[in-house]
Amino acid sequence: MAIWLNEDSKILVQGMTGSEGTKHTRLMVASGANVVAGVTPGKAGADVDGIPVFNDVASAMAATGANVSVVFVPPKFAKAAVEEAVDAKMPLCVVITEGIPVHDTAQFFQYAVNVGTTRIIGPNCPGIISPGVSNAGIIPSDITKPGRIGLVSKSGTLTYQMMYELRDFGFSTCVGIGGDPIIGTTHIDALEAFQNDPETDAIVMIGEIGGDAEERAAAYIKDHVTKPVVGYVAGFTAPEGKTMGHAGAIVSGSSGTAAAKAEALEAAGVKVGRTPSAAAELMRQILS
Amino acid sequence: MDLYEYQAKQLFGKHGLPITAGDVCSDVDTAVAIAESINGPVVVKAQVKVGGRGKAGGVKLAKDPAETREVADAILGMDIKGHTVHKVLVAHAADIAEEYYVSFLLDRANRSFLAMASVEGGVEIEEVAVNNPDALAKIRVDALEGVTPEKAREIAKAAKFDEAIQGQVADILVKLWNVMVAEDATLVEVNPLVLTPTGEVLALDGKVTIDDNASYRQPDHSGFDDSAVDDIETRAKAMDLNYVKLHGDVGIIGNGAGLVMSTLDVVAYAGEEFGGIKPANFLDIGGGASAEVMANGLDIVLNDPEVQAVFVNIFGGITACDAVANGILQAVDQLGERVTKPIVARIDGNNAVEGRAILNKANHKFIELVDTMDAAARRVAELAAARKGA
Repeated sequence: MAIWLNEDSKILVQGMTGSEGTKHTRLMVASGANVVAGVTPGKAGADVDGIPVFNDVASAMAATGANVSVVFVPPKFAKAAVEEAVDAKMPLCVVITEGIPVHDTAQFFQYAVNVGTTRIIGPNCPGIISPGVSNAGIIPSDITKPGRIGLVSKSGTLTYQMMYELRDFGFSTCVGIGGDPIIGTTHIDALEAFQNDPETDAIVMIGEIGGDAEERAAAYIKDHVTKPVVGYVAGFTAPEGKTMGHAGAIVSGSSGTAAAKAEALEAAGVKVGRTPSAAAELMRQILS
Repeated sequence: MDLYEYQAKQLFGKHGLPITAGDVCSDVDTAVAIAESINGPVVVKAQVKVGGRGKAGGVKLAKDPAETREVADAILGMDIKGHTVHKVLVAHAADIAEEYYVSFLLDRANRSFLAMASVEGGVEIEEVAVNNPDALAKIRVDALEGVTPEKAREIAKAAKFDEAIQGQVADILVKLWNVMVAEDATLVEVNPLVLTPTGEVLALDGKVTIDDNASYRQPDHSGFDDSAVDDIETRAKAMDLNYVKLHGDVGIIGNGAGLVMSTLDVVAYAGEEFGGIKPANFLDIGGGASAEVMANGLDIVLNDPEVQAVFVNIFGGITACDAVANGILQAVDQLGERVTKPIVARIDGNNAVEGRAILNKANHKFIELVDTMDAAARRVAELAAARKGA
């Protein structure tokens, strides 16, 4: 089963003819994902390695039955691209693009909520992979194998690090939800999906400073998650008021600190590791 | 980016919010000239991006130009919580009958925006939120609907503004929302918003945070850039590096913001064993970790006089580690004699075996390869402590 991305996933790449779009289309195909279409306005009739390119999302969906969209278009055009996918009632839209103004994200997220048929993952995220099954985004497919751990993380390379640490166990699905202040899919959405997924036995949750998403996830875990959860939070040594790469990772006053987040998770029964390796070790103990 | 008060007020003025007359300056003579042109009592305010200016003596009234000279002289150059005052705002001192609070901000939890308003302004709004939560109205603002005149009325009413001024306040809220959207801000705050004895409502002090991601469509904002920031940060920014200066001994270079944050933590933990060795910076060279960016990054970090040793922590995702290893070697080649501090590298992920082989073969006297992130952090802390002690 995995979550959100499975053997029935047919992927469409928005911005397929751009350099990033083409490069990652090839990597997705090489990892076994079923990429059926690309969209670039004005490029209908072109193809990337035989995958047909369409002018718009609706006609691409009609022709190919695509049900997952991966967005690689530049920040300037990202809002229009996502809204087009929403209008076409694309069930899952994974926004890889980094650097989208937050007002644009707030607007396209609200638009998707109003229409009510599209789940957005990201923006500014590495995407989602169900190892051995499908791959929508830029997560390398050769780090780990299929398994029964679910992973949700704000950070791309920390996702890879954790997949690598636990590569001998393998993962059902790994979701990079993105580090921006407004994101379409939250830790809680992923926790709920993993809790309900019969192919996931345990969950790793990676957080970082900024906002209170981890605290809210902790409250959710306490009430709704019965599967074991291991946590890791990055940014214990981050100074107050400075943005550390991710626009969302800014600590103001006491709220949003890594310590507050780790404490909230531990109070909800989550085992929290001080380093990625320590967190992985906690998961090993649970699974063996 | 957080703006200075005077920059925030420039944006307020641009969007038609009522503000007091005044201007910013960096020397006493100009301060006096501004006071003369205002021709009345003024307030001289230190321009620093830190709270508690008033308590620190950074905000003072002056009844005439002579007193302005005295006050401006005292405030310019002053240190407020580690921030040197380079500029003061000299503004007309309005008579105040009442003080209020209004703001719009990004509401991450609800993935929309939030309006906050209170008739108890002029104090830290966090205190109002804790001590008298009923006095702070919080109203959700839909990202697509925005703040219409009706919505603004709803906010003014919820905050219990006197009916006589609800119209004026609503008008201000609509204009403040225009600042939020048109300027790509993530926070716009007026504290205090004041009522004068003659019934005027004025924005007396303001705070604005703008979204750096929107700089491509906000060319006017480039002038807001802070020239007084740390020197190394300015250089890093010119190279397009995602760098934050901290105070410590171990230079950090990694790929991906989350991994770099995690690296800072791991180094700080390891540093506890070696007399409190700490990370000296945050530097994310991006998921791709190209050779050129690696060279720029090493150049910046090695030139930080506080840095005793460098930790390069790369997880090759899409980028193969052999390319990363070649990038590190190219970078130290380019830097040549300027490489005088030990570099501990940990490279893992895609083609890690090939990448490590390349570094081992090069056998560079300053580069040391360590297998795991935790062990590498321990080693670099040890090297930094040894050099620091020497």
